[in-house]
Amino acid sequence: MNAFSYARPTALADALRRLRSGAVALAGGTDLLGLMKDGLVRPDTLVDLTGIEGLRGWSRERGKGLRIGALTPLIELEGNPQLGQLMPILREALRDAATVQLRTMGTVGGNLLQRNRCWYFRDEGTPCWLKGGTRCFAVDGENRYHAIIGARECVMVSPSDLVPALVAYDAEISLASSRGRRHMKLADLFVAPHGRERREHALRPGELITEIRIPEAALARKGTYQKAMDRKAWSFALVSVAAAARIERGVARDVRVVLGGIAPIPWRVAAAEKGLEGSELDEAACADAAERVLAGATPLRDNGYKLTLARELVRRALRSLVAA
Amino acid sequence: MPQVPSVNGAALRGPGPIDIALTVNGNAVSARVPPRRTLLDTLRESLGLTGSKRVCDEGTCGACTVIVDDRPVYSCMTLAVACEGKRVETIEGLAKDGELHPVQRAFVDADAFQCGFCTPGQIMSIVALLRATPAPSEADVRRAVAGNLCRCGAYPNIVAAGVSAGRRRK
Repeated sequence: MNAFSYARPTALADALRRLRSGAVALAGGTDLLGLMKDGLVRPDTLVDLTGIEGLRGWSRERGKGLRIGALTPLIELEGNPQLGQLMPILREALRDAATVQLRTMGTVGGNLLQRNRCWYFRDEGTPCWLKGGTRCFAVDGENRYHAIIGARECVMVSPSDLVPALVAYDAEISLASSRGRRHMKLADLFVAPHGRERREHALRPGELITEIRIPEAALARKGTYQKAMDRKAWSFALVSVAAAARIERGVARDVRVVLGGIAPIPWRVAAAEKGLEGSELDEAACADAAERVLAGATPLRDNGYKLTLARELVRRALRSLVAA
Repeated sequence: MPQVPSVNGAALRGPGPIDIALTVNGNAVSARVPPRRTLLDTLRESLGLTGSKRVCDEGTCGACTVIVDDRPVYSCMTLAVACEGKRVETIEGLAKDGELHPVQRAFVDADAFQCGFCTPGQIMSIVALLRATPAPSEADVRRAVAGNLCRCGAYPNIVAAGVSAGRRRK
């Protein structure tokens, strides 16, 4: 790690003022310290956000949905019994997201902003396209964990387990910087790196995520998170699927199907979701939706298996929404 | 290097060595470390507590696991400066007056180690588990130590030790 200065402000305004060029925000540190140890991030100042009051914890106001502070540790979302009743998909998505230690340290905001796991990207000595180089080494290299759909110059995949679950519930985020606040759909935070956009997130310099909101209407949905891993214990998803819908008299409304681990962004196909509107989520409808979600997939040399996994996980996830 | 106070805000400290104060195993301690120093390296090199092990140094193996404010964390992925004012517990703080902690005793009784290098981390993970879940099931223990690798493969006995330590404390 390079040498840096450190500040631990207690007020958000103080933190935002300090996030000028060269300064990087620190929350749980589980991704950032790894990037710094690998020489991929070299801040001159670290602004530790964990002392800021008011960005931790969650609240639910009837009619106004669920609000989750960006500094809430993942383990708190996973372990809280009331939240488990309100939005059980959070627990499902987080259980195998990482080890206990990492889920204790890691925060919700940090989880949304974690960098991708491509080994060429993570290797300091490999000048890959995303880091400003001229080519992607994964596209014709070792690519069993890489994208099968939606990729352009870079075939990294969206690594978060929490993101597909939150997107399936129409999550919105609040952002703050020293220039002001703005709000966006969580889904719009993610960028498939291309052209001049050599980045994974649409966060502007000096900006922080302060809050995640789930609209009230989405809380009426039933949801499930299904994940395929290399092994039975915690691991990054090979493929993951968050599915959610409001089940009304046996038919599905407001269907959402969001995949992780297969594309540079959380992967969602509006036409596939619309096609399920009013359906009973029977076998044929679910299989058809899986085909539509994955239409146009172009696996690389080593990752064709992801297509098989993704089809089956989409089918299983949707079917489980109507299972007794 | 002098600390630079900022106008109405938190002090900007470093990048050179700074004085930090924290509680380790119940004792107020101070160390003079640069902000980039991890908690693990501070424990081992500044405070002489070498029980927490430095193995992967990237938050994967769990040999550096310590408890901070009652929760298990990887000390290799935690900055020492970020632990100011917090309660840090390490393997060295478990035994009291020459008596092993119940989890340590359970590890001996269950023969829950071979080379022993991962043991401090395994034990700290189980100590943290028992605070939240005093009588854990086998599945609870498995999940609690899923972030602690044992290259000898002593897992069955580690899990057995965790379950029996829970029973013993009931």
